[in-house]
Amino acid sequence: MKSNSPKTNVARRQFIFDSARMACGVGMLGLGLGLYAKQSKALPALALRPPGALPEDDFLGACIRCGLCVRDCPYNTLELAKPEAPVATGTPYFTARNIPCEMCDDIPCVKACPTQALDHKLTDINKAKMGVAVLIDHETCLNFLGLRCDVCYRVCPVIDKAITLDMVPNVRTGRHAMFLPTVHSEHCTGCGKCEKSCVLEEAAIRVLPPKLAKGELGKHYRIGWEEQKKAGHSLIDESKMVDLPDRLPEGASLPGHYDPASGNTATARGTPGSEAGAIPSLPPGLGGKP
Amino acid sequence: MSAALHKKRIGADAVAEKGWLRAHKWLILRRISQFGILGLFLLGPLAGIWIVKGNLNFSYTLGVLPLTDPYVALQSLTTGHVPETLGLIGVAIVVSFYLLVGGRVYCSWVCPVNVVTDAAGWLRNRLGIKGSVHLSRQTRYWVLGMTLVGSALTGVVLWELINPVSMLHRGLIFGLGMAWTVALSIFLFDLFVMSRGWCGRLCPVGAFYSLLGQWSPVRVTAPQRRACNDCMDCFEVCPEPQVIRPALKGEEKGVGPVILSADCTNCGRCIDVCSKDVFTFGMRFNNSASAVPLSAVQSESK
Repeated sequence: MKSNSPKTNVARRQFIFDSARMACGVGMLGLGLGLYAKQSKALPALALRPPGALPEDDFLGACIRCGLCVRDCPYNTLELAKPEAPVATGTPYFTARNIPCEMCDDIPCVKACPTQALDHKLTDINKAKMGVAVLIDHETCLNFLGLRCDVCYRVCPVIDKAITLDMVPNVRTGRHAMFLPTVHSEHCTGCGKCEKSCVLEEAAIRVLPPKLAKGELGKHYRIGWEEQKKAGHSLIDESKMVDLPDRLPEGASLPGHYDPASGNTATARGTPGSEAGAIPSLPPGLGGKP
Repeated sequence: MSAALHKKRIGADAVAEKGWLRAHKWLILRRISQFGILGLFLLGPLAGIWIVKGNLNFSYTLGVLPLTDPYVALQSLTTGHVPETLGLIGVAIVVSFYLLVGGRVYCSWVCPVNVVTDAAGWLRNRLGIKGSVHLSRQTRYWVLGMTLVGSALTGVVLWELINPVSMLHRGLIFGLGMAWTVALSIFLFDLFVMSRGWCGRLCPVGAFYSLLGQWSPVRVTAPQRRACNDCMDCFEVCPEPQVIRPALKGEEKGVGPVILSADCTNCGRCIDVCSKDVFTFGMRFNNSASAVPLSAVQSESK
């Protein structure tokens, strides 16, 4: 057969067309699959990954959907996503309101993972970050209504660190205190026991992915009082601080107010122990003047 | 292939000649293997006897034997993630096993979807459904390539998002959900749309294992090919009939009797349905073009 005979030309054309057909057909399938993959990275807010799970982007490339974490969870917390679930098929997750994570000391689910999709470097369950609890509804939370439910606070495995009860005056009654459950994200592991045990029909406290739960300060932000604590002294030269006169209505008084006309400073008011209580009785920068 | 030929069921001659049991030997062994493996996986969740944990993607037997699906692991690798040592050991064990016995042994002896597509193929034959959409058997290799490139591009183990094999197997062990609809759709697809469509043309898992078993020594071979009476039963029953012809009919062209195509699933159905005992399991090395003298064949086949 000569290399340029009509027959080889036809064969070559056929080969090219066949390849093009395959590439285009399979390419379309691939495009659909790729877009689906993109979507699958959007984990629903209430689906939580097991402790130590890599960030969702990496997790979907690392997890081989074997279910060993599910098997080694003693509390049947985890399940593998079924095809109809809004979680990438076959990947492990749990729903805190159904069965929360019991935070086993030995973290068997992480140990079972054959791929490091659950990071084996996580050996202290208190360092897990499955999510962050957020007291999401201030209108129905019983403690926000002024009652003493406290259940989420009581069940928290990291009680008094991850959730504290912060006392504020109950302005409705004018004579009681409200004990507001307050989550401290640096200690919250996202186990979901608070969400599970919330006594309401729909939980007022929920574990959300950290990305949803947390705000983020601008990188350049500095919190003055913390910087001051770190430095051990004020960051500005206080001797050069000038207290400008406050304009006050006739006869009014303002705690801590320095009146240049009389040279007097009103007494500062603050809760004992609070940082506000430490407001200098003298206006800063005017030490010893009055 | 005229209609008259098809009035007889596939393998009827073999049943008459060898008896039902011998004419279904490899099929029965295969089903025992498939359901046995599934049963081992189910013993844990159903009876609390934990011999095997996990599923076909990764399993851990008795806390000593890790087995990792190399195709899933490869997709995971292309996303840029390296598995734990245990996972890698599992890959090595599985790869060496299939390098030896033939990659697509996975398809015919392990994969749960094989039961579904075999059932569809059987029913298609019984109902005499003839029409089939044509699609090249090379398609699966393109799909395989696409899933690997796609995994690298998306960072997701791509085929696992929709893989019916793991969906079905995982579903049976961990809770089926809607996975049965996927299995049913594959059954109906193979039955009405495309003969041997899923396993033979589309599934990249099978394509991967084909490539893996390209040089495996354990093969179906046709040492008694001179005894062939052209009944066509082996071609009818074979899920990859294109692999038979070179070995069975290649003597004049100097082609040896071993089925060398990696598409062969080593299912052994050709051995079952042949009334003349043309086929047998053997090694790829015994492949000289005229190994068996005709006289020996004739005396044996009687």
